Amino acid sequence: MRREGSAFAGLGVVTLKELSDHLTGIRMVIMEWIVVLMAVGVVYTAIQQIREVSAEDPFLFLRLFTRAREGLPPFVSVLSFLVPLVAIGIGFDLVNSERNQRTLSRILSQPIYRDALLFGKFLGGLITITVMLVALWLMVIGLGILTLGLPPGPEEVARALAMLGVTVIYAGVWLGLALLFSILFRSAATAALAALGLWLFLTMLWPLLSPYAAALFISDTVATPDDLLKHLGILQAFARISPGAMYGEIVGALLDPTVRSTQQPLLASLGLVLLQPGSVPGAPLPFLQSLLVVWPEIVAMIAGAIMLFVIGYVVFQRQEVRA
Amino acid sequence: MNEQTVIEAKGLTKRYGGAVAVDAISFTVGRGEIFGLLGPNGAGKTTTILMLLGLTEISGGEVRVLGFNPAREPLSVKRRVGYLPDTVGFYDQLTAGDNLRYTARLIGFNKDEREKKIADALKRVGLADQIEKRVGTFSRGMRQRLGLAEILMKGAQIAILDEPTTGLDPHATAELLGIIRAFKAEGVSVLLSSHMLERVQSICDRVALFSGGHIALMGTVAELGREVLGGGFVVDIEADGAGLVERLALIPGVSGVERTGIGKLRLHADRDVRPEAANEVVAMQGRLKFLGVQEPSLEAIYTRYFESKRNEAAAAKEGTRHAA
Repeated sequence: MRREGSAFAGLGVVTLKELSDHLTGIRMVIMEWIVVLMAVGVVYTAIQQIREVSAEDPFLFLRLFTRAREGLPPFVSVLSFLVPLVAIGIGFDLVNSERNQRTLSRILSQPIYRDALLFGKFLGGLITITVMLVALWLMVIGLGILTLGLPPGPEEVARALAMLGVTVIYAGVWLGLALLFSILFRSAATAALAALGLWLFLTMLWPLLSPYAAALFISDTVATPDDLLKHLGILQAFARISPGAMYGEIVGALLDPTVRSTQQPLLASLGLVLLQPGSVPGAPLPFLQSLLVVWPEIVAMIAGAIMLFVIGYVVFQRQEVRA
Repeated sequence: MNEQTVIEAKGLTKRYGGAVAVDAISFTVGRGEIFGLLGPNGAGKTTTILMLLGLTEISGGEVRVLGFNPAREPLSVKRRVGYLPDTVGFYDQLTAGDNLRYTARLIGFNKDEREKKIADALKRVGLADQIEKRVGTFSRGMRQRLGLAEILMKGAQIAILDEPTTGLDPHATAELLGIIRAFKAEGVSVLLSSHMLERVQSICDRVALFSGGHIALMGTVAELGREVLGGGFVVDIEADGAGLVERLALIPGVSGVERTGIGKLRLHADRDVRPEAANEVVAMQGRLKFLGVQEPSLEAIYTRYFESKRNEAAAAKEGTRHAA
């Protein structure tokens, strides 16, 4: 039997309420300042470095995102580190705060489905992060134009926009995770700790551990180039369990037109160069070709965000309303 | 289900895994009636309420709320039924008005009717001057009243109130009960759960006594009194006049008259004999100062009922021991 009415009745109302809660909250102000200060710092150092080295770079603007002074992380690395933090900061108490404030049963006794409440919360959080990221992105571009003294070309704008889109998806993954934890754990502190713990594990420890985990599945003999590529594929598959690694791969290819394969950096670290029939190594790819290189990863990341949301959705639907 | 029935439950059952929280209960609530679900904590009152609202799955049986099935048509039910959960919560950082505005938007009221309904509802619960105050500063009683304002604003046909008076001081309780009575005056049916029997007795038309997931007893307080306490009305009279005792004893149905003080008499009867007693006093040209019938107390009914249940259980145990 079908249930009556739309599952999304009230979705807009919930989303707007969440959005206004986020945008007026103190937590948001703190996170905005963290992001803005770090962004300004990183862009400033990136510009210094760009001024020193690149005279004739056709993609000068994109270097804003990927270069930094020695010893400092580039902008995209800071993003891959900060975005999860912001998403967890927004998402860790979305559902359990309703329980703890005892508003959940009152809200659910209004003519809406649980679907609308949960989806509205996810959407409200994601829009908040998007607003923040767009502001940040415009700030970086603006600072870039001011300090470099030249406007970005259409290709660069397209690539930078794609990076922005991917960053939003990446935030969606972590927001989905935080939302899931806020459903699983009744205590907001526990949910925050669990989400932060997983984030630390995936961003700090997993990059160190994944080669060892991958080694269990890799044969020792590397006789042919095919063996090597297979070997790298397994390494990559394990590394990609961390969303941060996946995000790094995607923006790496989007912001650097010379990247023809996500395995290229791995090969480069072995001192090898990827040769493809009919291509010149180091020659830039057009934007759409770059997008095609990482399209599977982008889809996988969208799927990850949806999967985390769906798990949370199923758990939430099965939970009892009463505290 | 006829026009006058707003809630009808038949064999309503809720199981959590193997445990049965609500065991095949049946009851009806009429239009404009105040129906009390009474019983100790954990007897299944809140679970029953959540099933009526479609907020928890129904394991067995049937329920109709205003003709709708809450499991299949929850939106239709929730649009017409107001719910005040036990220890109702609001968003502390928002004002009373903003809290109600959010609910009003969820219900789907447009902007003009929203503001009017909110102002009206807050006025009726006596919170009109608090509309711009943050709920975080509200007392428990004010929160409960705000919850009732939400139901008023919604224009609900049924108000379901879960433990509305728990934790309130006597003044706040009286205020709250006054608002609940006003619901009834408007033809809104009220289903309320409570373990505070004394309070509930004064406003309920009918009650259902819950015990371990069953409805042990159901009916008006007077009916339950007769059933459990074994009938009998006690009428107290304060009047003077010679030979009053003898005259009163002759009223049909009166089984005994006793003196309880100077000029104070107590009649034991099998029905309410107040009219006849008043007639007698007036006929004797006596001065009638007080005439009252003692309502059977819900508390007494409750205690007696569960005592007798315990005794029965103990006796049954005794019996099996003897048999063994």
